[in-house]
Amino acid sequence: MQYLSYMTDVFLRLDFGFSFQSNADVLGLILARLPATVQLALGAVVLWLAAGIGLGVVSAVRRRTLVDRVSMGVALVGISAPVYWLGLVAIYLFSEDIGLIPLLPGIGGYVPPTEDLSAWLGSMILPWCVLAASLAAIYSRVLRASLLDVMSEDYIRTARAQGLRERRVVLRHGLRGALTPVVTLAGLDLGVLLGGAILTESVFNLPGVGRLAYDAIVRGDLPVIQGTVLFGAFFIIVMAIIVDVLYAYLDPRVRHA
Amino acid sequence: MSAPLLEVEDLWVQLPTEEGIVRAVDGVSYTVDRGRCLGIVGESGAGKSVSAMAVMGLTRFSRARIAGAVRFEGRDLLTASDDELRRLRGNDIAMVFQDALSSLHPYFRVGDQIAGAVRAHQQIARRRARERAAEILALVGVPDPRRSMAAYPHELSGGMRQRAMIAMGLVNEPKLLIADEPTAALDVTVQAQILELLQRLRRELSTAVVLITHDLGVVAQMADEIAVMYAGRIVERAPAATLLAAPEHPYTWGLLQSIPHPSAEGQSDLVPIAGRPPSLIHPPSGCSFHPRCPYAREVHRRVDPRLEPVPDDGAAHRVACLLPVEVRRRMWRALRGGADHRQARTLADEEGTG
Repeated sequence: MQYLSYMTDVFLRLDFGFSFQSNADVLGLILARLPATVQLALGAVVLWLAAGIGLGVVSAVRRRTLVDRVSMGVALVGISAPVYWLGLVAIYLFSEDIGLIPLLPGIGGYVPPTEDLSAWLGSMILPWCVLAASLAAIYSRVLRASLLDVMSEDYIRTARAQGLRERRVVLRHGLRGALTPVVTLAGLDLGVLLGGAILTESVFNLPGVGRLAYDAIVRGDLPVIQGTVLFGAFFIIVMAIIVDVLYAYLDPRVRHA
Repeated sequence: MSAPLLEVEDLWVQLPTEEGIVRAVDGVSYTVDRGRCLGIVGESGAGKSVSAMAVMGLTRFSRARIAGAVRFEGRDLLTASDDELRRLRGNDIAMVFQDALSSLHPYFRVGDQIAGAVRAHQQIARRRARERAAEILALVGVPDPRRSMAAYPHELSGGMRQRAMIAMGLVNEPKLLIADEPTAALDVTVQAQILELLQRLRRELSTAVVLITHDLGVVAQMADEIAVMYAGRIVERAPAATLLAAPEHPYTWGLLQSIPHPSAEGQSDLVPIAGRPPSLIHPPSGCSFHPRCPYAREVHRRVDPRLEPVPDDGAAHRVACLLPVEVRRRMWRALRGGADHRQARTLADEEGTG
């Protein structure tokens, strides 16, 4: 019965209950934390898609060469390195106060972009890069495999037989065919991240939903935990729907099915 | 006399695979003159498509090893630079592939793909290229070209797709069109339409055509000259009429006998060629057809026949067969008279000794 009343509250009144800790409205807590999480996720998605696709194309085109081997090796490290380790190393290297190469001020001190845009950028660059790194590594491998697959398709042979420049064959005909799995993956990963990147937010002290969830777990603040989990699930579902719609846009063959 | 449009001389293509080196094309020579049609016939895996791809330079994208010479209007294409070849591809030499569904890009509209082929070679505005695409689609008999241009390949019927494919090949009015099994994936009625279309276009645009097919019936309608390929080699080459009336190679006989003739009042005298195409990694010794040839003799296992002119049949008719010419002719007469392989063989042997 308790569950039923919680669910009706959530779905009918958008009432997620109150925090044990601060007695604040859970929805309000989450919404207050959402901007940082969204900024982190959106910035990272741009970075990791750019890096992942770029690396993937290069290593697919230069398959079995040194460039391919090196970038795939770096990708393997990127996949294997945990975010908290990579994050700490990055802080150790680049942060203003303790860093060896103090390039970036403001790490660990999140400033909303509305207050000070450059301080915000300074505080976000490292989290973006760190979060994007492991994902970019995965995406470059996915795209490489997918592009290599596509490049052996008959329609690539046709494109070459038309006398198109090889650059155009790869970047237009090849990439267009190879991008679909990447987009699917990106949508779902973005959904997961919008629900809060717990590790990255913790390492860089970003006031995001992930951090909120982490603190709530530590303190046993059940309504907040429930709320953040539901929020995470919500974003995953929304992104899954968006991906399905995008799919029909990307692959005309899906439209009529 | 000017040089032939396309001259292929002793072309070798070897494709390294995990199981070994595939000798896909093993010393093939032919010429195609302007506006003429050469039919290349053979089973799948005989090296027909690979030899055509080598002409187009498309084998450069695999790790194929190529030797010999391919001359187009006197220029050697095998030593040409990638960019020189690219300029030629789709402009002077175009290729139409079988199975238009997989050969057209599934994500691009048909019109954009054809317009793309135009813009690969001419610096003209997108609008002009699209107009050109509409023109060529109308020429290949696509009703309502504007609508077909807006369609994706999977939205067209098989026949329309293949027409679009042909349109894409012809859009830059190439001097040579290589059609690789253009009718293989189509219904019989549509096949006939596509062949008629190719015939008509060949006349109207005076394009030379290399027609690759496994179906002798298809080339019989269209080709001026026919080359029969087996295991990476040409085993017989002759003007179409000669090859169909007086074939000299047992493999050609087999191909001819496996074409259905609706006229033969209901009797099914289709004779399939026994056995399977040989491995091109370890080709048979001697005559490569000997394991499947009903008339092979012991020596044929060791001696490799060369493509030589058929005595008293003009230089245009060449065959690579070790059987003596009189024996071959007696056999073909017997086969045409309705004899089976064994009868033909014994008959030829008896007459030969007696």
